[in-house]
Amino acid sequence: MGAALGASADGPTCYSRLTNEWICRQYVEDFRPEIQHATIEHLEITALSVLLGLVIAFPLALVARRFTRLESTVVGVATGIYTIPSLALLPLMVPFTGLSMTTVVIALALYALTILVRAMLEGLRAVPDEVVESARGLGYGAGRLLFRVELPLAIPVIMAGLRVATVSTVALTTIGSLVAYGGLGNLIKDGVNSNFRAELFTASVLCVVLAVLLDVLIVLAQRVLTPWTRGVRA
Amino acid sequence: MTVFGDTWDYLTTWANWTGDRGMLHLLEQQLILTVTALVLALVVGLPLALWLGHLGKGGFLAINITNIGRAIPTFALLALFVTADFPGVREFGPYGRAGLATLLALALFALPPIITNSYVAVREVPSDVKQAADGMGMTGAQKFFRVELPLALPLIASGVRLALVQVWATATIAALVAGPGLGRVITDGFFRTNYGKGIAGAIVVGVVALVLELLAAAAQRLVAPSRNGSSQDRDSSLSGAASTVAADVG
Repeated sequence: MGAALGASADGPTCYSRLTNEWICRQYVEDFRPEIQHATIEHLEITALSVLLGLVIAFPLALVARRFTRLESTVVGVATGIYTIPSLALLPLMVPFTGLSMTTVVIALALYALTILVRAMLEGLRAVPDEVVESARGLGYGAGRLLFRVELPLAIPVIMAGLRVATVSTVALTTIGSLVAYGGLGNLIKDGVNSNFRAELFTASVLCVVLAVLLDVLIVLAQRVLTPWTRGVRA
Repeated sequence: MTVFGDTWDYLTTWANWTGDRGMLHLLEQQLILTVTALVLALVVGLPLALWLGHLGKGGFLAINITNIGRAIPTFALLALFVTADFPGVREFGPYGRAGLATLLALALFALPPIITNSYVAVREVPSDVKQAADGMGMTGAQKFFRVELPLALPLIASGVRLALVQVWATATIAALVAGPGLGRVITDGFFRTNYGKGIAGAIVVGVVALVLELLAAAAQRLVAPSRNGSSQDRDSSLSGAASTVAADVG
């Protein structure tokens, strides 16, 4: 009878089987390395996926813009990818890429891609024609026109898309726990399976915090990248 | 590859479709679940969003609720529901284990895009049209039902259509907490290294998603036929906005 009390000398912690509280500082202190590892993995997967998405989306957007006939196809395929459930996409890829982080990164990059291609097309389309004409008149070639005139002006719209893509990717990364590479999702999964409330709650809150932090970071980056938008207001 | 041979075998074996744990039953379960969650979200979200849009108030909340919703992983939400004392894993109606938790999580997932799209739809009705309605002496209710609602309908419909397909896709996540639906086939096959079965489940979910998308598109054309000409670009730009606004897979 008294054995349960003797289990720990300094009294039951808030995450013991008996109390199983949602919010528990003791859990965060005792499992700090595990939580840190999961958070770093989560960030890593998110960053790699969004970067890969950006790298693929850019040429796709350029091609879609250059050949207008392809545009509806590209946008259509992008929308089509979005209807594939994440839980279905991961198993589809496992025979090729195995139970690895690559599987998760490629799947998430595909989802990020769909948002980013659209944002890039919208951003480039929003560049005023007269600006493009004047640049041409000044003797800008296609490459310089794109990188020195069109892209900078498209940044606000592209950044808006990047914010959406990043925040969704942070949330989606949790699904990676299906192949054991889900960052904080691994903790969430373990929390459900072992009815460990503190673990589940802490990981969920950290997910949202990560999403908000990255969102703020992108907004700050945009302010640095587009100083002229601030100059107008000042 | 043998995996695809296994997939084909699984899909073509009739026994896998029938019975209590067969794919047809799971498919039906997930369909009912999707529709109920969507209806729930519509009943709660639509009147609120339309009313706010009509008044032109609460825009900050109506637009940002989607951003907030996007940051909350549906898996985390579902996990929290299942682990909590309520709703827990209790069965609910035809939805099986963890049915109520799944239903609530999906309804909450569908709510933000519906609210934001419908709000934007009513707000985006050109102000000169609204002024003309005022000038004709229409009351607030008349203006809403005869002017704003008909003009907002295409965008509202495209928001609902997006929500439908996304709820269907997201419903598979219920399997991660041993809940209802076709996700079960995927996770079962996966955890027992029967990849053929897992892929078969994924294909069925994907095909149904596609069918739902096509059906919804047809229904949308019935409810809100997109007028040709000038309204075309308005329609496409708005649905573009709607899709960036609502984009969120589970």
